[in-house]
Amino acid sequence: MTDQTAPTDPAEVTAHLDARLDDDARAWFAESRDRIGDDPAAVRVLFPAVSRRVGRGPLAPGGDGDDPFVWHRDDAGRALLLAAVDPGARPGELRDCYTHGDARERRGVLRSLEVVEVDDEVTAELVDDALRTNDVRLVAAALGPAGVAVLDDDGFAQAVLKAVFVDLDLERIAGIPDRVTPELSRMMADFVHERVAAGRAVPASVWTVIDRHPPADRLAAIEAERDHEDPHRAAAAAAALDARP
Amino acid sequence: MRIFDPHVHMTSRTTDDYEAMADSGVTAIVEPAFWLGQPRTSVGSFVDYFASLVGWEPYRAAQFGIAHHCTIALNPKEANDTGLAREVLEVLPRWLAKDRVVAVGEVGYDSMTPAEDDAFSAQIALAADADLPMLVHTPHRDKLAGTRRTLDVLAEQDFPPERSIIDHNNELTVEVLADTGCWMAFSIYPDTKVDERRMVAILQEYGTERMLVNSAADWGRSDPLKVSKVVAAMQEAGFSDDDISTVVWDNPVAAYGQSGRLELDVPGQEADSTFEGSSIRRTSG
Repeated sequence: MTDQTAPTDPAEVTAHLDARLDDDARAWFAESRDRIGDDPAAVRVLFPAVSRRVGRGPLAPGGDGDDPFVWHRDDAGRALLLAAVDPGARPGELRDCYTHGDARERRGVLRSLEVVEVDDEVTAELVDDALRTNDVRLVAAALGPAGVAVLDDDGFAQAVLKAVFVDLDLERIAGIPDRVTPELSRMMADFVHERVAAGRAVPASVWTVIDRHPPADRLAAIEAERDHEDPHRAAAAAAALDARP
Repeated sequence: MRIFDPHVHMTSRTTDDYEAMADSGVTAIVEPAFWLGQPRTSVGSFVDYFASLVGWEPYRAAQFGIAHHCTIALNPKEANDTGLAREVLEVLPRWLAKDRVVAVGEVGYDSMTPAEDDAFSAQIALAADADLPMLVHTPHRDKLAGTRRTLDVLAEQDFPPERSIIDHNNELTVEVLADTGCWMAFSIYPDTKVDERRMVAILQEYGTERMLVNSAADWGRSDPLKVSKVVAAMQEAGFSDDDISTVVWDNPVAAYGQSGRLELDVPGQEADSTFEGSSIRRTSG
């Protein structure tokens, strides 16, 4: 597991969430799961209500609510409501909850993929949609273990590039560094070169990706930028390379 | 004076309007779902509109320190496209369950057709299921008869008067409503409907209890600062600050607070904040 705040099965989510609920929220939640168990369509109106019923803060005590990789209480609540949907109805209801959902609801659907069983086809559809947004909450939630499991190598490489563009910490993505291919290392080095040539900074986590399969020619090109006549480029090259572990 | 405009269609307005409203004292609004000036032809257009009312528009409002809420419904004019109406009614429960959705509305009558009756009645039932108040607009044509019919239909379905907000009133409809226990709302327009002077006269005659004043500003000729202009007219007419605050703050908070979904504290605005990665800035970076 990439992140210690990320639970992996419904029992674990239940335990985390239960510890954070007061009596009213616990009662609402238990009743909601029962209703969904009896009638899967009940999830349509209960799912949007989760944030105001069980709260919005980080799931783990002391967690950082602004960290896009951190599970929130409503993510846990939503994942458990979807877990209560009959497996036959689940793919359709899950997809509709995403389609009709706001960003928090969509994040909840994406997080649920970590703890409920759905077809890879449905998972892939939702992960692809999330990766097309520029919303860091959705991009981060799509890049958990279940999300990256449905991406092939090309898709994974594009997802990691997307993540660096929206300033996510690459080391928090599931599959980093094990799934990094030589092609992805090369692409990330080219990204660094492009940023350096523009005189811009890069995050230190790019090196985890580049150094999995260090591309000698690309690294030499970035190294050469240290001596560029444009002082902005030279400074950007020095800053990027000096951050390399 | 802190102002709550309980009926304003900000989707049709610019950021200049938000800025001027904030300067005039507006810190909270309700944006009812309504007719967009031309008919929609698919349920997807409604869904995208509802999504913007609970998503992008609250983000825009928050940039100016304004707490944005909305009401969700199928409006009476488009209820007459019965095939489409059925599809919209089917998706409404999901949208009525969203945060900051504070009523079912605008519903009511346009031409008082059977299709409008059906949509109104179905949405009264949805409001009861979703535990929400209703925002009902009175028709532009045959207004008095339409208001009476509205009250009859609400009573037939046992919808509580204290959860019914009846809008676009005038000197004649207020007589009908005064003793019903319904909230009475008045849209203040530049030319049509009620103006500031007439509003003050109505408040002098009927008092401030259960009275709401709004700009109903939209894509037509209208003025999003009308509530603050009513405040000025009330001050000039000698109303106390308490009485004015009852009309432009306490009453809308009480009426829509029945939803349990008012969120009147707007989070502090950071210069680089975005909505799902998009912003209202025009600068690069």
